[in-house]
Amino acid sequence: MDVKVVTLFTLIVAVTLLITYYASQKTNSASSFYTAGGGLTGWQNGFAIAGDFMSASSFLGLIGAISLVGYDGIFLMYGALVSYLVVLLLVAEPLRNLGKYTLADMIVERFQARKVRGVTAFNALTISIFYMLAQLVAAGDLFKLLLNIRYEISVVLVGLVMLIYVIFGGMTATSWVQITKAFLLLGSTFVIFVMVMAKFDFNFLRVFEEMQTATPLKEAYLAPGAKYANGLDAFSLTLGLILGTAGLPHVLSRFLTVPNAKVARKSVVYSIWIIGLFYVMVIFLGFAAAKFVGAQDIVAANPAGNMAAPLLAKILGGDLLFAVVSAVAFATILAVVAGIVITGATAFSHDFYNEIVKGGKATEKEQIRMARFASIGITVLSIILALFVQKMNVAFLASLALTVAASSNLPVILYTVYWRRFNITGAITGMLVGLIGTILLVALSPNVWSPEQGKALFVGEPIFPLASPGIVSIPLGFLGAYLGTVFSARKEQNGNFEEILVKSNTGSDIKGVSHHGV
Amino acid sequence: MMGQNERVVVNHQQLHYKELAASEKFKQLLAVKKRFTIYVTLFFLIFSLLLPILAFYTNILKKPAIGAISWAWIFVFAQFVMTWIICHLYVKKAAEFDDMADQVLLHHQEEGER
Repeated sequence: MDVKVVTLFTLIVAVTLLITYYASQKTNSASSFYTAGGGLTGWQNGFAIAGDFMSASSFLGLIGAISLVGYDGIFLMYGALVSYLVVLLLVAEPLRNLGKYTLADMIVERFQARKVRGVTAFNALTISIFYMLAQLVAAGDLFKLLLNIRYEISVVLVGLVMLIYVIFGGMTATSWVQITKAFLLLGSTFVIFVMVMAKFDFNFLRVFEEMQTATPLKEAYLAPGAKYANGLDAFSLTLGLILGTAGLPHVLSRFLTVPNAKVARKSVVYSIWIIGLFYVMVIFLGFAAAKFVGAQDIVAANPAGNMAAPLLAKILGGDLLFAVVSAVAFATILAVVAGIVITGATAFSHDFYNEIVKGGKATEKEQIRMARFASIGITVLSIILALFVQKMNVAFLASLALTVAASSNLPVILYTVYWRRFNITGAITGMLVGLIGTILLVALSPNVWSPEQGKALFVGEPIFPLASPGIVSIPLGFLGAYLGTVFSARKEQNGNFEEILVKSNTGSDIKGVSHHGV
Repeated sequence: MMGQNERVVVNHQQLHYKELAASEKFKQLLAVKKRFTIYVTLFFLIFSLLLPILAFYTNILKKPAIGAISWAWIFVFAQFVMTWIICHLYVKKAAEFDDMADQVLLHHQEEGER
């Protein structure tokens, strides 16, 4: 193991633990544990959203994909940026105006029903664990590649460090770790971007000219079609990305860490700029990896291309830059995993334990204790599962979480806020149809079935032809919620739509914000 | 009359919101918001989903636009620009919505005091 890499990893752990120490002194109530007391400012939450969202798979995976398949790699990215317009225009502000600590709070604000809370919280936990698995498997693979640490050890290591943030520092520590990581990731990407562009004399036209001949794909590298044989998979993937973010519990919970809708809005603007600029740079980093590292060496290091960015860093800046990129990838994984765990733990402690089991009467101390236990429980469960799914494709796990979010959470969120006739039955059928539908479609898809031995979990023809089920499962979720509503048209189930309408549009009633500052 | 008064006491919260939701000013806010949100949402959904359709089912993006940069890449970068523009367009518009929402609450408060 390289001394520089170890030093930088230790430095990152030290800085984040220092953040956790300061945050722990402010973590004394349920509100501060769940949502940092709702006291973050626009830029802080904007960076935290970006830090939450830019995962290791987007840093290493996207650069790898673009380096290997060129144009088709962008179908993994731009939809994710556009998805923040859905968040900005339709979801963030009503969520801040209606919610307290969790997504379930928002839905229950309209339908005072325990079963709705139960299903929403269950959904949040399921999505969180899928997403967490994707991150842990990525972490295990990454450390094996970068540092030659065994998969099992890296997964446990990431789990333990992240647990310290969450258990002691709650959402305050998690947010600041995410902010720090966003700066590190953006900064190091920018440095490499400038070094890359210097090689092309900062001439963007020349980049494209040279890329026409720089890879084994020749001109096809810069055109659609190197990866996707037909447009249907690319379309379905894009649809899932555009609609997925607005249903991801750990992204949604970020909007409950700010004091009001105006700050929520401002934070989305920051994150749109950060994520957008990051993606633009990533495109050119992908090009540079293809040209300077070469497809052969990238694939030799890792068939999925995940080593493209570290290898590029090594060529451009030697061992030091390689160590920096590795350490940033480490920080990235820690920050993302912490955000997922705290969201899952909040759903468990606030929704299941306090609201459903204790009827909303648990003390602050009991709630924090339960949230800490839940964090440990979710982490241990995910680590055990991660040891079993080691061989699964990371992008597939992450896209599964995203598609479940788009198919089960998003329809219910939108109908709750915008549809007068929507009712309890519709909310429950919508979530269950979206959740079960997506999992079934994936279970029948080429991700799980392949005619070739060893390419997927089972050998055989996939019954469902697409790898990304979004194009079917998302309409299915909306349809489930619609039909559930129409077929159970009982008036008393509609909830207090007028109240929701006024609160979500005027912000007249914001809960879960403690005004003692953070 | 008596019965109505009772309902005001018992169901104060509910009635307050129902009244507000039915007020002219609030309805106006919803109408303005709805118009903006629906059109803009439809626009960015169509604009972004057109990329895979045009890229895989037509040849129009294959032609070069500027030097070695094809229209396919211009359309990709246009997605970024579109996202940034709509983001700021919304922020500008939302400031108007904020003012309208404040008016609604203020108006309602005055009505209540009268």
